[in-house]
Amino acid sequence: MFRNNYDNDSVTFSPQGRIFQVEYALEAIKQGSVAVGLVSKTHAVLVALKRNAEELGSYQKKIIGIDTHLGVALAGLAPDARVLSNFMRQQSMSSRLLYNRPVPISRVVNAIANKAQVNTQHYGRRPYGVGLLVAGVDETGPHLWEFQPSGMVLEYKGAAIGARSQSARTYLERAFEEFVDSNREELVLHGLKALRDSLAQDKELTTANTTVSVVGIGENFKLYDGDEVGEWLEKLGNVQSSRGGRTGEEAVESMDTSE
Amino acid sequence: MNHLPEAWGRPRNDVYGTYDASYLQSSMPNQHTQSPIVTGTSVVALKFNGGVVIAADNLASYGSLARFTNVERLKQVGTHTVVGAGGDISDMQYLHEKLLDSLIIKEEYQNDGHHLRASHIYRYLSKVLYQRRCKFDPLWNTLLVAGWDDGKPFLASADLLGTTFSAPALATGFGAHLAVPLLRRVCPDEAAVENITREQAVDTIEECMKVLFYRDARSLSKYSLAIITGKDVEGAAECEAKNQSWKFAEGIRGYGTQVV
Repeated sequence: MFRNNYDNDSVTFSPQGRIFQVEYALEAIKQGSVAVGLVSKTHAVLVALKRNAEELGSYQKKIIGIDTHLGVALAGLAPDARVLSNFMRQQSMSSRLLYNRPVPISRVVNAIANKAQVNTQHYGRRPYGVGLLVAGVDETGPHLWEFQPSGMVLEYKGAAIGARSQSARTYLERAFEEFVDSNREELVLHGLKALRDSLAQDKELTTANTTVSVVGIGENFKLYDGDEVGEWLEKLGNVQSSRGGRTGEEAVESMDTSE
Repeated sequence: MNHLPEAWGRPRNDVYGTYDASYLQSSMPNQHTQSPIVTGTSVVALKFNGGVVIAADNLASYGSLARFTNVERLKQVGTHTVVGAGGDISDMQYLHEKLLDSLIIKEEYQNDGHHLRASHIYRYLSKVLYQRRCKFDPLWNTLLVAGWDDGKPFLASADLLGTTFSAPALATGFGAHLAVPLLRRVCPDEAAVENITREQAVDTIEECMKVLFYRDARSLSKYSLAIITGKDVEGAAECEAKNQSWKFAEGIRGYGTQVV
């Protein structure tokens, strides 16, 4: 009757030592559209590709501001991300109220990691179906963390999650050494280039589907959405994937001729 | 023999008659602190260019009785903060040895490069004090938090009502009346801090401790003094009020042999 006897709940190991419900939760991340994060010495940037389920509907929010020094990008089940981001906002508020201190990034990330881990060890619960990229600045500088429903969190120089994120990761792996000394604008453009590389061949970045956020040392978390993204796309130039059929240069030429 | 736990340690029924269990229950309501019992007096502190000096004497009074003369009322919290407490000594011990110790242990166990600084500790303490006064069970203290925070000297006060304020020169208790005017002569406002040297600040605090010993009947000439700079906290326990002269007292009616 069952194809797999070991995936009914998240507390049972398979004989191979796997917990299938947790692995399925990780699959849920890959169903979501791509989100990219990267850090320099001074800034942390999140960029993401928004999807609209249907032509008449609005685009799914991909980046959520948590506090003036902190924000998350999500891939996977948006309602789960809302629960986690609300929790992070509470943590952030209580840190400010009780200690007059913006919550350290690693602490708030560990707090949600603990919540996620509990779900993998209690019968009748399910893991979160969402992956997060957490970008923020605290006293120890800018940080980027990846959160997974397994309860795993890791700090990155550049990371990408969601559908087709491997292409974005390929770009990040190629360019990450430049990130450290990038300025604000260069870092965002690196992020957008990674994002653009993950696009399907007939897709392009637009003000409707692209969202950008930046936070820096001494600079509040800023979310660019809708028309505000336009300035970044102009700086980026080519808004189509530079991989595959057409090269970057060709794409620029075709844009020129169309004008 | 009655082996039931509730009978442990009680007089035997067969010898002394049935135990009156009404002694076990209090018919009275919960008693909260209505007034401090064993008390410490003033804490004084002054900012200078590069740090803060804070001092408090080593006396714990039981009413007017000088009951304990070796009580440390300054506590270093973390690397660059000192908390000084006046008021009830047992409440101070609760703050120092239970709350602040576990606060720092929890913070440092995270081992993530983040540390609580003076302003963070100050906010925490003021919230604790305010929460307790809202339970109508106040911690009967006035606290000064002195430290080095964000490249600047930090000094602020919190009391049993949850009142908070900050100034470059602060004193609690009797010192709020006697020492603050002396401190303000040296440091009238925040701008004056940069012209105050460390030696000047220490001299001023020592002078305040001496004057407080002259005029505060609940004080002691033995005191502790701490200097917090960007580098570290230097503590000096067992300071003694220097260059005392009681000449002024001769003119005071009621001092010494009564004439007329």
